[in-house]
Amino acid sequence: MFPTDTKDPDHFHKVVDCQWACPAHTPVPEYIRLIAAGRYDDAYMVNWESNVFPGVLGRVCDRPCETACRRGRVEEQPVAICRLKRVAADNKGTLDERFPKVPDEKNGKKVALIGAGPASLTVARDLLLEGYEVSLFERGQQLGGMMRSDIPSFRLPQNVLDEEIETILNLGVDLHSGVNVTSLKEFLKRDYDAVFVGTGAPRGRNLDLPGREEATNIYMGIDWLSQVAFDHVESIGKRVVVLGGGNTAMDCCRTARRMGGENVTVVVRSGYDEMKASDWEKEEAEAEGIPILDYRVPKEFVHENGKLTGVRFEKVRKELDENGRRKLVPTGEPDEIIECDDVLLAVGQENSFPWIERDIGIEFNEWDMPAVDEETFSSSKAGLFFGGDAAFGPKNIITAVAHGHQAAISIDLFCRGEAIESRPARGVTLASQRMGMHDWSYNSEVHHDQRFKVPMVEQSKALSSIKIEVELGFDPLLGHDEALRCLNCDVQTVFEEKLCIECDSCVDVCPMDCISFVQNGDEGELRGRLQAPSNNLNQPLLVSEDLKTGRVMVKDENVCLHCGFCAERCPTGAWDMQQSIISIPQASCRSRS
Amino acid sequence: MTCVPKSKFHHPQLPVNELGLTYRDYEGSMSTLCAGCGHDSVGAAVVQACFELSLPAHRVAKLSGIGCSSKAPTYFLGKSHGFNSVHGRMPSVATGANLANRELIYLGMSGDGDSASIGLGQFAHVVRRKLNMTYIVANNGAYGLTKGQPSATADRGSLMKGGKEVTDEGIDLVSLALSMGATYVARSFSGDKEELVPLIKGALSHKGFAFIDVMSPCVTFNNHQGSTKSYDYLRDHMESLISADFIPHKSEITVQSEPGEAQDIFMHDGSVMRLRAADESYDPCSRSSAFAAIEAHREKGEVLTGLLYLESGASHLHENLNTVDKALNGLGYKELCPGDEVLKELNESFR
Ligand SMILES: Cc1cc2nc3c(=O)[nH]c(=O)nc-3n(C[C@H](O)[C@H](O)[C@H](O)COP(=O)(O)OP(=O)(O)OC[C@H]3O[C@@H](n4cnc5c(N)ncnc54)[C@H](O)[C@@H]3O)c2cc1C
Ligand SMILES: Cc1ncc(C[n+]2csc(CCOP(=O)(O)OP(=O)(O)O)c2C)c(N)n1
Ligand code: SF4
Ligand code: SF4
Ligand code: SF4
Ligand SMILES: [Mg+2]
Repeated sequence: MFPTDTKDPDHFHKVVDCQWACPAHTPVPEYIRLIAAGRYDDAYMVNWESNVFPGVLGRVCDRPCETACRRGRVEEQPVAICRLKRVAADNKGTLDERFPKVPDEKNGKKVALIGAGPASLTVARDLLLEGYEVSLFERGQQLGGMMRSDIPSFRLPQNVLDEEIETILNLGVDLHSGVNVTSLKEFLKRDYDAVFVGTGAPRGRNLDLPGREEATNIYMGIDWLSQVAFDHVESIGKRVVVLGGGNTAMDCCRTARRMGGENVTVVVRSGYDEMKASDWEKEEAEAEGIPILDYRVPKEFVHENGKLTGVRFEKVRKELDENGRRKLVPTGEPDEIIECDDVLLAVGQENSFPWIERDIGIEFNEWDMPAVDEETFSSSKAGLFFGGDAAFGPKNIITAVAHGHQAAISIDLFCRGEAIESRPARGVTLASQRMGMHDWSYNSEVHHDQRFKVPMVEQSKALSSIKIEVELGFDPLLGHDEALRCLNCDVQTVFEEKLCIECDSCVDVCPMDCISFVQNGDEGELRGRLQAPSNNLNQPLLVSEDLKTGRVMVKDENVCLHCGFCAERCPTGAWDMQQSIISIPQASCRSRS
Repeated sequence: MTCVPKSKFHHPQLPVNELGLTYRDYEGSMSTLCAGCGHDSVGAAVVQACFELSLPAHRVAKLSGIGCSSKAPTYFLGKSHGFNSVHGRMPSVATGANLANRELIYLGMSGDGDSASIGLGQFAHVVRRKLNMTYIVANNGAYGLTKGQPSATADRGSLMKGGKEVTDEGIDLVSLALSMGATYVARSFSGDKEELVPLIKGALSHKGFAFIDVMSPCVTFNNHQGSTKSYDYLRDHMESLISADFIPHKSEITVQSEPGEAQDIFMHDGSVMRLRAADESYDPCSRSSAFAAIEAHREKGEVLTGLLYLESGASHLHENLNTVDKALNGLGYKELCPGDEVLKELNESFR
């Protein structure tokens, strides 16, 4: 292999598994250290710059970072990254002075954003700070998109959302709420330099089965949730069947439990393990007394003269067909009827753009959706951008935020008359953390605590109202202890081959067998000759130049604990622990550092 | 030296041995030796060897004298017995312990000062008595612990850290061990585990006195230009003469070696040392061959490494003294105190 180019920002960025996995590339270990130090304001600001909604995301983020977290490869559970973010949000002081100010002078460009979900709100923040005039159009009265209308307040209290939206509005948004944009053609005639569509994926998928038309009390899950959120619905029947296995289904069933549902059952077509809902949401639903029944295909809404009485299911099992594809085949058992008063449909969500005309120069793709570029978020029409769920279908908040940042970069480039394809580059800087012989400016000691459980409200109380937040969150002490579980993956092991005397000390001391001194070779073959099995191809190898003996130093980054022992044990300082700061560009290259 | 303990986390796919242990289970406490000290690598090689042999750590006794090298046993085999004796007196303690309990595996770890300077007399005698043990000297040509004075193994003409030349003749412990009757004699380098680990495995499996002289640089006091025990010097001057593979059991020997290509020597427990000599005329079972090679390479300024001499099946101290074949702590009251009659008989025999 060639010697690793550590100036390539991606090399060390990949080592910070959480940051790499976060769509907005939040510098996670940086804010976790700040939380451990009790510096909640600073921790909040680090988050705010990257992900705009720390209080919201600290409660309801889909947390791709935790799936990726290195700690999960080293012991059982990843760091509770998401809930640590909440610790920062819960314990911060007033930050009015900390938020950046909009420039005194506007840049004279006007941008319109349609829909006030997290995607548009992110674009608004990024562009306002660059001196743009931003007009926001939302058909509802309240802002926040599905964070407001669909994520139930027992998971995300309204005041948390209000506060973070307020921060953005304070930057001076020209707000038009209650305005439903019904024709893009007309809208584009207005005098804006660029338009961003962040209208989400607002339509629930229907289940067209016998009885669907006739039977009453069958609701689309996302619509029902928003009716609950806006107090248009006050109760539900005692027996409720929720169809679907995604996160919407989990929110539906748990909401139903709080709205009067006593026997709430979730039923999914395929296996429990194949459900789209996150494990923790399934666990929480089950803990609230909601059974999840799998391998049942709904066949009919059973009713008596239009009054729903139940749902009929065919029982199936999983089989692999000749191409190895999974299919569901009937078991032959008699169908099962689950009696119920109400059904909530949560079988999927899709985009819907009845308000976008087909003759205004926007290309539509094979799914009849506007074609959107995955990097620039531009439609085929110059100056018209899409982001969030509106771009590529339903995802999650942090993805919407990441889209927002990228779209803002594009809009900024576009308004400056530059090519939107020439994106500002990421960068990396390295800073030694050495304070003394065995003294580092970060907590290099590896803590062996298992993941701490987030304290919860007592269940009977939690189920009594939709407005009571289920989780109490970590208190500062628990937050501190959980924060210490973080392995500081951004404090990198940096190797200076010229100083190495090949004494083997680092190899001997490394608790994880990361380091090998071997003859060079091709990556695949080389991985087979290292000190320990090296089969996580998502993690790079750090390969040195040739050493005096003709060998090379190869470090497999996979399970490094960033404990610094290699650097402490090295007699010549060939190893050093250096913090990598990855700069992730935001609009107009304001890059974080 | 590192102030916090090593993490107990280990690589998720670490291999386990016959006892279900990983090599990490054979480690000791965190080393306090200088960063880069060769002795830590010797310790790591011991750990690896014991892991590969699936030794039950509690059946091993580590013995040492005084010195950085003699401190080193604290940093490996944390679950074994250990005795840090007086400077240069490890052989006596080892002899006593071994006579009392012949069932343990004895691993001595000493330094060149400990064995060749103050302890030379003890060393010579433990060799000639053929105590059943493995005796490792981590040889850095200096008294590391007392800040780098030249030891008795420092080569004449080499330079001390301050620039002073060593004027006394250096003792070659390998030659000494050979002439005193050691039955397993090897030399190696702390920076070459591929060579060292099988040598330690062979030594631990050898019945009799096994000696390994491990060149183990003192990175702090004897790793400069002009030293003949520095990392650079050793890398440049090492000549591996006979490489050894340790093959645990007879049954696992699948390929019989061609004569001339390699030589298989059976150990008492059925394991095999497979030796490959770089020079075909070399006979690792002949002392004169070993002496000649050592001398020839010394004249060329080279450091000869590998398993230089092996005599399998030789008798050792217990056999020579015809001692009871059990550990003393395993004998019952009756055997230890056979009564008046036996005492009388014994006294009679001296009249
Ligand atoms: C039940 C449920 C639970 C969820 N839970 C989570 C969760 O726990 N974590 C997570 O990360 N994500 C979750 N999501 C997904 C997340 O809410 C969305 O991915 C995210 O809100 C998408 O943001 P967005 O900005 O693209 O659009 P949206 O949030 O959908 O906002 C679009 C906005 O545009 C407005 N709008 C639409 N059309 C027009 C128009 N023509 N004119 C004017 N305004 C218009 C809408 O009223 C809405 O306010 C959940 C979704 C649902 C349905
Ligand atoms: C009886 C006695 N004399 C002298 C000393 C001082 N002393 C301690 S260690 C040492 C030399 C150790 O040298 P070596 O065995 O080569 O160990 P190294 O530190 O080099 O590994 C000496 C002379 C002592 N501890 N006890
Ligand atoms: S251990 Fe810390 S830095 Fe490493 S991936 Fe997990 S949260 Fe990120
Ligand atoms: S920091 Fe160094 S010693 Fe620690 S696990 Fe990583 S490579 Fe090994
Ligand atoms: S003084 Fe020399 S022998 Fe002692 S620990 Fe330091 S490097 Fe090793
Ligand atoms: Mg010494």
